[in-house]
Amino acid sequence: MNGMTHVTVTINNERHDVKVEPRMLAADFLRDELGLTGTHVGCEHGVCGACTILLNGASVRSCLLLAIQLDGAEIQTVEGLGGVREMHRIQAAFREHHALQCGFCTPGFLMTVHDILGRLPLRSDEEIRDALSGNICRCTGYDHIVKAVRSLVTERDKVTNQ
Amino acid sequence: MTDTLPYIRPKYIGQSIQRLEDSRLLTGRGRYTADRKVPRMAHLAFVRSDQAYARICNIDTEEAKVLTGVIGVFTASDFAHIPDITAPSKMLNYHATFCPVLARDFVRYVGEPVVAILAVNRYVAEDAAALIEVDYDPRDVAVTARAASDPTAPRLHDSLESNTVCSRQFLAGDCATAIDAAAHVVSGQFSMTRKTSVSIEPRAYVAEYESDKDMLTLHSATNIPGIVRDEIGRLLGLRGNKFRVVTADVGGSFGGKGSLYPEEVIVCDLAWRLERSVKYVSDRMEDIIASSQAFGEEVEATLAFDENGHFIALKADILGDIGAYSIYPWTAALEPVQVASFMPGPYRIPHYSATVRGVCTPKPPTGPYRGVGRPMAVLALERLVDKAASTLGLSPTDIRRRNLIKADEFPHRIGSGIIWNRSGFHECLTAAEDAVALTALQAERADRTEKWVGIGFASYAELTGIGSRIAVAPGMPMNTGAETATIRIDATGAISAVFAISSHGQSLETTLAQIVAEELGVLPEDVNVIQGDTSLTPHGTGTYASRSAVIGGGVAVNATRALLVKVKRVAATLFGVKPSDIQTGNGNIFVPNTNYSIDFPEIARVVYSDMSTLPQEARVTLEVQETYDPIFGTTTSATHVAIVEIDPETLYIKLRRLFVAEDCGRLINPLVVDGQVHGGVAQGIGAALLEDLKFDDAGQPITATLADYRVPTSAEVPDLEVVHIEAELPDNPGGFRGMGEGGTIGAPAAIANAVTDALSHLGIEVNALPITPSKLHALIALRQDEIDRSNE
Repeated sequence: MNGMTHVTVTINNERHDVKVEPRMLAADFLRDELGLTGTHVGCEHGVCGACTILLNGASVRSCLLLAIQLDGAEIQTVEGLGGVREMHRIQAAFREHHALQCGFCTPGFLMTVHDILGRLPLRSDEEIRDALSGNICRCTGYDHIVKAVRSLVTERDKVTNQ
Repeated sequence: MTDTLPYIRPKYIGQSIQRLEDSRLLTGRGRYTADRKVPRMAHLAFVRSDQAYARICNIDTEEAKVLTGVIGVFTASDFAHIPDITAPSKMLNYHATFCPVLARDFVRYVGEPVVAILAVNRYVAEDAAALIEVDYDPRDVAVTARAASDPTAPRLHDSLESNTVCSRQFLAGDCATAIDAAAHVVSGQFSMTRKTSVSIEPRAYVAEYESDKDMLTLHSATNIPGIVRDEIGRLLGLRGNKFRVVTADVGGSFGGKGSLYPEEVIVCDLAWRLERSVKYVSDRMEDIIASSQAFGEEVEATLAFDENGHFIALKADILGDIGAYSIYPWTAALEPVQVASFMPGPYRIPHYSATVRGVCTPKPPTGPYRGVGRPMAVLALERLVDKAASTLGLSPTDIRRRNLIKADEFPHRIGSGIIWNRSGFHECLTAAEDAVALTALQAERADRTEKWVGIGFASYAELTGIGSRIAVAPGMPMNTGAETATIRIDATGAISAVFAISSHGQSLETTLAQIVAEELGVLPEDVNVIQGDTSLTPHGTGTYASRSAVIGGGVAVNATRALLVKVKRVAATLFGVKPSDIQTGNGNIFVPNTNYSIDFPEIARVVYSDMSTLPQEARVTLEVQETYDPIFGTTTSATHVAIVEIDPETLYIKLRRLFVAEDCGRLINPLVVDGQVHGGVAQGIGAALLEDLKFDDAGQPITATLADYRVPTSAEVPDLEVVHIEAELPDNPGGFRGMGEGGTIGAPAAIANAVTDALSHLGIEVNALPITPSKLHALIALRQDEIDRSNE
């Protein structure tokens, strides 16, 4: 059970060759082994979405994956979006619309929004609410999060319409 | 002529300024407790009781102890030096309970910690936990408060005479006579099931031992760092020079992180004894079954009124399910007594009587959760108000308007003794009525074929920013009414504002900076708000009970004004003018319409570093410490309106609109206030339609995951509409009123009234929350049964 397994994974454009216990969760691997503590663990049973990361561009729950399942993958975490002084557009929209309070669920929401913005039309608030419904926020009541995503969709669709 | 224009300092209070804490929280650079990692840190896991009430016969730890990587396995006897956790109160008819940090001899709820395992990592600690065997001898249980309140019920604590740990009566006027003489009376039984906070960050504690100073720092996901420091310090015999509590970023609390927990005492004790840092992070199941719970109350109430719909008397009997222990520091009385205290609401009701009992049950202790008692009080009263309206054929708004305390009637003492000060009781109702366009809804309400549409109102008032004259929990011997702040200008001209309160999502780094910036005349981003470190302030309790804007904001105003006096005195000496001639703004200190102007770095240089410009006695430290205590508190009021539609086929209850009109005085940051209202309302929606902690007949929790205990997602919460009323500003510094909990207080009652309205054609009342499609189905079946039987 305690044999170590080799994993090669690219995280936020950095390549890592590491040995991990086969039972180690991807979320624990990111947080405890690599120090990428921006990915938060809220439930460890795949419901809250706080631990959402991008695996080859698709949003996944890092609490439901083992670290060894990341082998060969491209991973993006919240740390890969933008920095404190130069934020990613999604982060900036969340700030402008006050779409976060305690901030604990926020990294998961940001990664989910990154995914759905690239994948879904999100034409109505109902579609946005539906697309966000796999992430739980206990602080905001979602109103400002929906507004932030709405502004990002508007921005996106202006660009693609040109 | 510009030289005659009065100078107006830039305003930051009232501006929707983007938050200063956001850049770290949005980029994954937050500093939450679980993120901490220090050398040789040991990890803690617990074996928790799987029995509701049982005697512990034997604990076998042999296999676990010898597992590689296990540092130690501990049971109750290993903590015999720590006094039991007990919450004192001066309240009459209160019986404290004694909670050992690990269960000793008996377990009293499923989830109670029994064995603590310390290991090199959490994986090994949990491996070891799985090797431990605990033999229990189960005892008879009375799981519900009703059953436990029976004098013949099995007692949960042998040391107590009964399961009733607190009781109290309220009496104003002659309620019984008034009810007997009244033209009309409505009654009902109302209840809410237990809820839990579900902050997305589970509880987490890291006690870091600093060998260089032989000192302990507890990094805690708590919203009461000062209380935790004081009490763990007392339990372990450590004063502030050896023990501090730090709360950096806390991922929500809503009250669930606002009590002292056995796990945080154990983390500290082990770190102190072993001279080694210790970490414990609860998983979600532990967080649901072993954090404080709330709202488990039943209320039987009667409202008497005259033929014009004027209220005469209110009578209530309140039974609170307080769980296994009376929680520290709030006591078991916190929630049920608060129901009685706020039951008369924002109305004129001359006669009031209430009885309250808090009863021990084999469940997790109840503690604070957003709203504390008031969601239950408002549900019961507002349902009665609607019943009274339908008795007389009055509209819900008419009957409220006839009874709400009017502007010229403040201050008004309600039957429980609480005094309401001027707040927009009527203004909120009118704003709510205007917003929902009632006439347009009537046609839709009348057509019951496709959808059953209903509308519901709830008006309430709450006491916020409670000062030292009123204990937050009855009889609690602790000053929760004061806060301290230190504001300083350092040698570089930067401004630091140090507070004892701490934030767990309230945006205090921004809102307090806005207050200091406006009062001092600098930019908000120039102010570094420092909070949540008990070593930096002499005393303070934390952020809870909608107090931080009033008390923390109040002390920010007072302390900054005192600092400004010092700044002006120095500038007056420099410029050779009177202090009253000096103005500040945009980071400058100047005399209007002259060339006399310096900035804050320059005045700091002159005061601290320049030894020639100012006389020695004028070189005073630019620092002020103040304490503020509002003595009583401020009155916040609101009216909530809910519009629901029910699918007659599936009985799915869709909340279509939720509108809030509220008076929280002067808004510091409208975006932040809206966010607080939205979040509170979402929790109110959860309480009304989704959240339900269930226990089976043996006391086993059966909703211990987020798949079973359902909190609202974006799909269940509609767009939320909020209107702010400033009827008249209160006279506390800044004119702020607390508003962090209001959303949760009004929404459940408004939704219950709306669902009842939608079911009016069936004659069904919703008096118990949450109301779900399956519960609705049962109510309809029951009603059909009644009709069938009466037709026979």
